[in-house]
Amino acid sequence: MSSATGQKPVDEALAREFGLTAEEYGNVLSIMGRTPSLTELGIFSVMWSEHCSYKSSRVWLRTLPTTAPWVIHGPGENAGVVDIGQGLAAIFKMESHNHPSFIEPYQGAATGVGGILRDVFTMGARPVANLNALRFGSPENPQTRRIVDGVVRGIGGYGNCVGVPTVGGEINFHPAYDGNPLVNAMTVGIARQDRIFLSAAAGIGNPVVYVGSKTGRDGIHGATMSSSEFDEDALAKRPTVQVGDPFVEKLLIEACLELMATDAIVAIQDMGAAGLTSSSVEMAGKGGVGIDLDLDAVPQRERGMTAYEMMLSESQERMLIVVHPDKTELARAIFEKWELDFAIIGHLTDTGHIVVRHQGRVEADIPLDPLADQAPLYRRPTAPSPEPAPLGQITDPVGIEQALIRLIGCPDLASRAWVWNQYDSTVGGQTVKRPGAADAAIVKVEGTSLGLALTTDCTPRYCRADARQGGVQAVAEAWRNIVATGARPLAVTDNLNFGSPEKPEVMGQFVAAIEGMGEACRALDFPVVSGNVSLYNETRAPDGSSVSILPTPAIGGLGVLEDVNRAIGLAMPADGTLVLVGATRGELGQSLWLREIHGREDGAPPTMDLAAERRNGDFVRQQIEAGHVLACHDVSDGGILVALAEMAMVGEAGCILSAPQSGMRPEAFWFGEDQSRYVVAVRDAEAFTLAATSAGVETRTLGQVGGDGLTLPSGATISKARMKAVNSAFFPALMDE
Amino acid sequence: MKAGIVVFPGTNRERDMAIALRVVTGREPVMIWHGETDLPDLDLVVLPGGFSYGDYLRCGAMAAHAPIMAPIRRFAEAGGHILGVCNGFQILTEAGLLPGALLRNGALRFLSQDCHLRVERDDTPFTRRWKAGDVFRAPMAHGDGNYIADDATIRALEDSGRIAFRYARPDGRVDESDAQTNPNGSIKAIAGVLSANLRICGMMPHPEDLVDPLMGGEDGKPLFEGLVEALVR
Repeated sequence: MSSATGQKPVDEALAREFGLTAEEYGNVLSIMGRTPSLTELGIFSVMWSEHCSYKSSRVWLRTLPTTAPWVIHGPGENAGVVDIGQGLAAIFKMESHNHPSFIEPYQGAATGVGGILRDVFTMGARPVANLNALRFGSPENPQTRRIVDGVVRGIGGYGNCVGVPTVGGEINFHPAYDGNPLVNAMTVGIARQDRIFLSAAAGIGNPVVYVGSKTGRDGIHGATMSSSEFDEDALAKRPTVQVGDPFVEKLLIEACLELMATDAIVAIQDMGAAGLTSSSVEMAGKGGVGIDLDLDAVPQRERGMTAYEMMLSESQERMLIVVHPDKTELARAIFEKWELDFAIIGHLTDTGHIVVRHQGRVEADIPLDPLADQAPLYRRPTAPSPEPAPLGQITDPVGIEQALIRLIGCPDLASRAWVWNQYDSTVGGQTVKRPGAADAAIVKVEGTSLGLALTTDCTPRYCRADARQGGVQAVAEAWRNIVATGARPLAVTDNLNFGSPEKPEVMGQFVAAIEGMGEACRALDFPVVSGNVSLYNETRAPDGSSVSILPTPAIGGLGVLEDVNRAIGLAMPADGTLVLVGATRGELGQSLWLREIHGREDGAPPTMDLAAERRNGDFVRQQIEAGHVLACHDVSDGGILVALAEMAMVGEAGCILSAPQSGMRPEAFWFGEDQSRYVVAVRDAEAFTLAATSAGVETRTLGQVGGDGLTLPSGATISKARMKAVNSAFFPALMDE
Repeated sequence: MKAGIVVFPGTNRERDMAIALRVVTGREPVMIWHGETDLPDLDLVVLPGGFSYGDYLRCGAMAAHAPIMAPIRRFAEAGGHILGVCNGFQILTEAGLLPGALLRNGALRFLSQDCHLRVERDDTPFTRRWKAGDVFRAPMAHGDGNYIADDATIRALEDSGRIAFRYARPDGRVDESDAQTNPNGSIKAIAGVLSANLRICGMMPHPEDLVDPLMGGEDGKPLFEGLVEALVR
């Protein structure tokens, strides 16, 4: 065993610098039976980082429901896989790139998109849609504009070039994200069920092949950076941010799919966080084999790279493949055709060790079982968050009309067209409902009658007030958005963004949110099939205190339509009656009305009744399937009146509204954010409400489609033109365009 | 009509184009690899959209020098019909098969939105199913679609009727200075141009993405139907 390449001595102090605790370093020593080399310490530190090991979250993630008859692969693979019928599978996952996106917004967001694409096509799927859930700081914060600009350009720059349409997502603004924006990227792909590729390596002696871009010094220790809090020196960490090349990614997609059409592949995994280390360790570990790597064979972009640098590099657009030995030349020919690097960099062994050689020396020799089995696992202390105080008596200082105008112009509800219009949403020719046209994006499955309904959802302000209810609500809203298009919800991917798990109150939020999510997933038969955890989303303020983000368990939902022609959108039709599905109590706690009109973020979030959610949603979906619904929009942020305004702004007509529910203050009726509700436009309101009654579903007629704006019960009309002008002003003003 | 679609590394709208051609012609187009040095027997060559070679140099500049461009030039010289859309249009200008160039969009941002195109003449294989003055909708998705050429070239194009499409309002009015209707800032709101023999057409927006009511309409279909009519043997 040679000495390590680096200059610094390997000891506890260096281990701490690499993010390992004293106890974790003690474990490394006992596993190795000696002082590890620098490369070995690097491998332990990234594999045992929060990002790769899920050491604070694993015990809780296990409590989530992950199975259903239609689930083919749940968590544990590169992405989740569900049966969508006709012998096809949808493969999807959402993943965060939060820390890099603060440090270098363009590349942080771009490589977030690139990374999640690879997680999906590595399983054999052609990516067919991207979505992204974004949270930015306050619009008043001078940093926000720079971050919005970079993130949006980065998502577009990458997604547009690889030719995968970006079809949906969500954006929130809140001061809690000032120093720590969230960029959660989701990719959905389609594969044949009999051609799904997994990552468990097999076959002693089989060659290990490296394909894609060359390895450089970028992103070294990125996974470790993502596992700690930011401090004032965060921007000095720019060298840990990776740089993306979407052109190479596009070639990699085509080359991998071409190779996957042959029977050359034994196992395949992308080199994501912790690059060559995690891909080789995980592939060998899952397959119960050893792996020998010869780093001299690794395609390198820079001269003089050390073993440590190569093992820890997070250079993008790289994959590791175990191939059948007699197919090596076939595989090489495909990658050479696509002008990508192809190198045999090792082989599988029966040693159960990962052995890394470089320039004639053994730089690392680690037993794989203890590296995985003895990875740290923490059941960190939790503390309950205080119960939200009741809202008390509130008044309406501005009236319905003024409140609506302020709400549809506010940062969380303003038109996102400025953002969407920078994303290619039509490439592929299968986009049935583009961003903003329906509650979920609808993408046809090419060559079939099937359609996918895709959405991302989370209401962080609810989660902060009550993390458990917030967790329930995030899942329920994703489910509802899919139902509102007529699709059958199948499964979710989750992206759990929280503050430091070492703070008991943050850990308490995390655990409560997971409990809530689990409850909703079970009640709605909507299992979690993949996901990602992002902790340490904190910013250190100049005074030394640490500020956590709002708890943000973002949910990416997927549903299927057997006949995509039956998908409906939210645009107001030319004619019809507007009916509200679901009960209204007028809940204003944590509502946008309260925040925008009163400047208050308090009260309890809306109550969740999962039985009613299920009942209302199943009823709405059946009515859509039967062709009785012309348009449908779920009622969420801003309540009923905002939902109606959104339908009118993209629709052919406006509406004439009847008096609100008696015995309730008008603002509570129009702007309350009671859950499990939909606004539908129907041709035959009588038949619809009759059917609802017999299904035990509460409905209420809201008014008639017609006119050119929203005509309030008072007789005042807010024109569509005025609403559109207010709604579309925010982003251009923020970006000064 | 036998159509071939050229695939460069980084091309990404070849599948959209294949769908449109299949819908209209009823037959599968041939995919042609950029490294080929011969073309098969074809009635129409299509250069589709995408980011050929990543477009890290000027858009289309690398592709214009790919091996396949030599037989495409010969095909053009022999009077063959060529359609270039988006990156394909950029490649045709870089290759000198069409005049002008495409600069960054005026707002310096990628634009993905529907636009309206006014048909400038209806006696070409690409436009024969419309009437001059007709307006149709098409999605645009590009960062570099701002058409430009020197004054003499523009005058010559105008005088010889080689402008195929202009960005317009839904009612057909053209306003070069209006960022709403001429979103990328193209000179004279030019969205598509023709070769002197009217057999090569380049355009930025994507008619191939609007050939199915399910995807929002069939506005782009007449272009392909016209080609079939004109080129069927």
